[in-house]
Amino acid sequence: MTDLSLPAGPAIKLKLDRDGAIKRLFMGIIALYLVVALALPLYTMLSKSFVTYSFELDRYEFQVSDEAGVFGDPVTAAALNQQLGVFTADDLRSNSDGRLTATDFFPDFSFRSPVKYRLRGTTANAPYLVGLDLQNTTEWREYDSNTFRRINLRPVTSVGPQNYVEYFSNPTLFSSIENSVFIAAVSTVLTVVFAFGFAYALNRSCMRFKGFFRLVAMMPILVPSLLPGIALIYLFGNQGMLKSLLMGQSIYGPLGIVIGSVFFTFPHAMIIITTALSIADQRQYEAAESLRASKWRTFWTVTIPGARYGLISAAFVTFTLVITDFGLPKVIGGQYNVLAIDIYKQVIGQQNFEMGAVVSVILLIPAVLAFYVDRQVQKKQVSLLSARSVPYQPRPNRRFDALCLGWCALMAVFIVGIIAICQYAALIKFWPYDLSLSLNNYAFDKMDGGGWAAYWNSIKLAGLTAVFGTVIVFTGAYMVEKIDGFKTGRGIFQFLAMLPMAVPGMVLGLAYIFFFNNPANPLHVIYGTMTILVVSTVTHFYTVGHLTALTALKQIDAEFEPVASSLRQPFYRLFTRVTVPVCLPAILDISIYMFVNAMTTVSAVVFIYSTHTALASVAVLNMDDAGDIAPAAAMGMMIFYTNAGARLLHLFASRRILGRTQAWRLR
Amino acid sequence: MMTSDHTGGAQAAGAAPYLQIKGLWKAFGDFLALKDINLDIEAGEFICFLGPSGCGKTTLLRAVAGLDPQTRGNIRQAGVDISSLPPSRRDYGIVFQSYALFPNLTVARNIAFGLENTGRPKAEIKARVAELLNLVGLPEQADKYPAQLSGGQQQRIALARAIAIKPGLLLLDEPLSALDAKVRVHLRHEIKGLQRKLGVTTIMVTHDQEEALSMADRIVVMNHGTVEQIGTPTQIYRHPATLFVADFIGETNKVASVFKGSRVALGNLSLSTAATGFAEGDAVTIAVRPEDVVPHSTAVMGEGGLNMLPVTITDMEFLGSFWRSHLRSPVLGDTPLIANFSINAVRRLDMKPGTDLVAELPAERVLVFPRGA
Repeated sequence: MTDLSLPAGPAIKLKLDRDGAIKRLFMGIIALYLVVALALPLYTMLSKSFVTYSFELDRYEFQVSDEAGVFGDPVTAAALNQQLGVFTADDLRSNSDGRLTATDFFPDFSFRSPVKYRLRGTTANAPYLVGLDLQNTTEWREYDSNTFRRINLRPVTSVGPQNYVEYFSNPTLFSSIENSVFIAAVSTVLTVVFAFGFAYALNRSCMRFKGFFRLVAMMPILVPSLLPGIALIYLFGNQGMLKSLLMGQSIYGPLGIVIGSVFFTFPHAMIIITTALSIADQRQYEAAESLRASKWRTFWTVTIPGARYGLISAAFVTFTLVITDFGLPKVIGGQYNVLAIDIYKQVIGQQNFEMGAVVSVILLIPAVLAFYVDRQVQKKQVSLLSARSVPYQPRPNRRFDALCLGWCALMAVFIVGIIAICQYAALIKFWPYDLSLSLNNYAFDKMDGGGWAAYWNSIKLAGLTAVFGTVIVFTGAYMVEKIDGFKTGRGIFQFLAMLPMAVPGMVLGLAYIFFFNNPANPLHVIYGTMTILVVSTVTHFYTVGHLTALTALKQIDAEFEPVASSLRQPFYRLFTRVTVPVCLPAILDISIYMFVNAMTTVSAVVFIYSTHTALASVAVLNMDDAGDIAPAAAMGMMIFYTNAGARLLHLFASRRILGRTQAWRLR
Repeated sequence: MMTSDHTGGAQAAGAAPYLQIKGLWKAFGDFLALKDINLDIEAGEFICFLGPSGCGKTTLLRAVAGLDPQTRGNIRQAGVDISSLPPSRRDYGIVFQSYALFPNLTVARNIAFGLENTGRPKAEIKARVAELLNLVGLPEQADKYPAQLSGGQQQRIALARAIAIKPGLLLLDEPLSALDAKVRVHLRHEIKGLQRKLGVTTIMVTHDQEEALSMADRIVVMNHGTVEQIGTPTQIYRHPATLFVADFIGETNKVASVFKGSRVALGNLSLSTAATGFAEGDAVTIAVRPEDVVPHSTAVMGEGGLNMLPVTITDMEFLGSFWRSHLRSPVLGDTPLIANFSINAVRRLDMKPGTDLVAELPAERVLVFPRGA
């Protein structure tokens, strides 16, 4: 056979049919959503972190007249400042709202005097305000003294790394990095070890009550991350029940943050490690036994290597959760500064948005790194999964089972205990003086923080997020999975869909301020509304939903679409008649995930809620901040009960819907 | 037939073929999955694409279906250039190896899927579904879900769904390979019978030579993205165009040799052959099928017949209808000669391991191919 080579010419491209066009259109719309709700805000924030505002005094020139109206020589503001020394270099650094009163350069200024002032810019960019009128001119303008007192100089922007330089040269801010990394590292080690023990017991022992322990382990997901902080205050705080146990240590600070972090990251690590342990191959253990390897040796040579990807993944996920968490250090961190708190302080406390952006960019680094490692590890684990293996069957062993039961019981006491303390705190009249029970703490309308309206807002947000989030996420996943060709477009879409996982909530929230709170942005109208909260929450939790949808879509036969088009049926008929019904379990999973997270999230919304759209989770934070700790606990418990109820409803609805529509699953 | 003639014999003069594939190429990056495929298919024909895995047969089918469009080349169906039409605007029904039945729809709704949404009255659709269920022999299963059916039944439902819309072309992508051996043989006949009844032009992809030989009007043997031979099952089997075809379809004994004066050398023997078109001294490979080896008792040796080889039986396997015998000959050295002997012959010549025989390789059955091809 002679060697053949492809003849020159253009590659054949199929004409786009209506189906292909509609799919591309939908994918385009959702990609556009992700660009507007994610990429552009992040870009805006990133560019803001390089912007500095400062007053450039040598750009302004003054002329002052005597009382007869005869003007003296022009003099720059810089020269005046040098003479008088009214403003230090620090005073001249500013932000976007900065103003410098012009009269400060003239100590003997009096608004009644007949003295006249002239002002001009020496360069084209020398902005100043006369009242609310922005002037920017190199022409001399003359003002009487009564007008002159209403003149303010405005800062000019410059682009460069100054903000970063400033950040890293500020020892207080810089120490936050060390604190954050320390807290996250310690919490990660503890959580992974604890969760591994728990998952190991569930997978590898024959102990009783496994179902109960699984349920308990999931409880922390249903509450905001700051709730354990409140429980810890009641237990070990200044007036805590068990304060003496700490032997003088303070719970406010790293200790409290670590304990609380272990609580709220526990279920995440547990799920990942359980998955990793459940793919173990019985035959490897049989081989180890036949080689007379000791249990200890088998554990280190078979179990741990088999679960290594799960352990790595769990460690990175936990690390990211802790380092990006804001609620817990806010509640129980005391004076201990961490990165997430710095963002909050810079933005809410000092209105220094640019510095907030700098901290956000720094917080992005570990999150992006963790995200990358997790993706790599997940890919490898999938290849382990596909290998044909015999599932591991634990054999009863009284001592080992008892040990496992003990460990799980200990963790269950920890988790249930924390939540029970919160419930107790919510029902007590006035800790520690009046221990009688009452529902006073549930009278949220009497406290600051948003009242019951905040709770209903949260329900509304969670409901809207569940509905719109599920529709957007599932449709997007379907289009990207089932489009023919169009590789570049699909690649970009996949990237956009994975990006939210790498972006901490606080960073997203701050990015939203920069992007949506800009009057020049036509989308400014949604700022301060429920819409922006829904958009941010859907975007924040996009990736997990996307991956769930993709997994479900990959499990259905890839040949459905070709069959439908060979039968000349439009894809949306297949989508509504087959794809959606078959994927219904996954769709319900996405919606409950969106709901629960919308109820508990603080970090993504704390910057962008308004007085009309206060949320329950934020109310917990604010009430705690105001010292109303018991009502904060009560509100936290409301979130817990709502989420537990939603989960039950979801379970019930799933069973019913599945029973009705999934009859085909039964053989 | 011995030349590498790529156009099959069933070409009718006059009318244009129903499906015409011209100069088709498919590239995946640098890899060429299809190289210059040319193929004409007549209306009503049953064609099999046959070849080992990775030979490009499924790629070719998917190009015809518009699922993985070709990189270069043209496809015409019923006189229309469909090369760049999307699948929804082509005219075919398709059955995949997985059947791709919609799991949440009943059998009847699966079959009706292509009929609904086309303005047909409900009663007509119902009647057509019943007719199709009858046609595939499953009239009782209308209200079951696919998961409640056996593999063979699912297969037939998929077929019914594909032909429901009366497509001009039926594409079958390894439709039988997921089934048990017995069901497979049974379904072969059914599919073939159905196809004949409906007269629908059909292309089936398979790697199972028995399937292809028993079902196809013509077989397209493919290897490494090229067509090795196109022909009827008997042509392909009896007159393989290339050594690959001889080797892939059925079994064959292969020996390297040299062409010398219209004969081929075999050890110190030279065999006469019907093969032509080789030059003196050409390096060739001789191929003889096991069933073409004719056994004689050693008594014929002295008669000086053509192509006679002294052999000894080293091993015999009973395969039901015949004996597979491993023969050794001083002429062949270490290479064993495999022969299929009928039960009669074995009894007549009283064969057992150790028996000496004379094996005749009839000249018209000695196939010769250029070596290295």
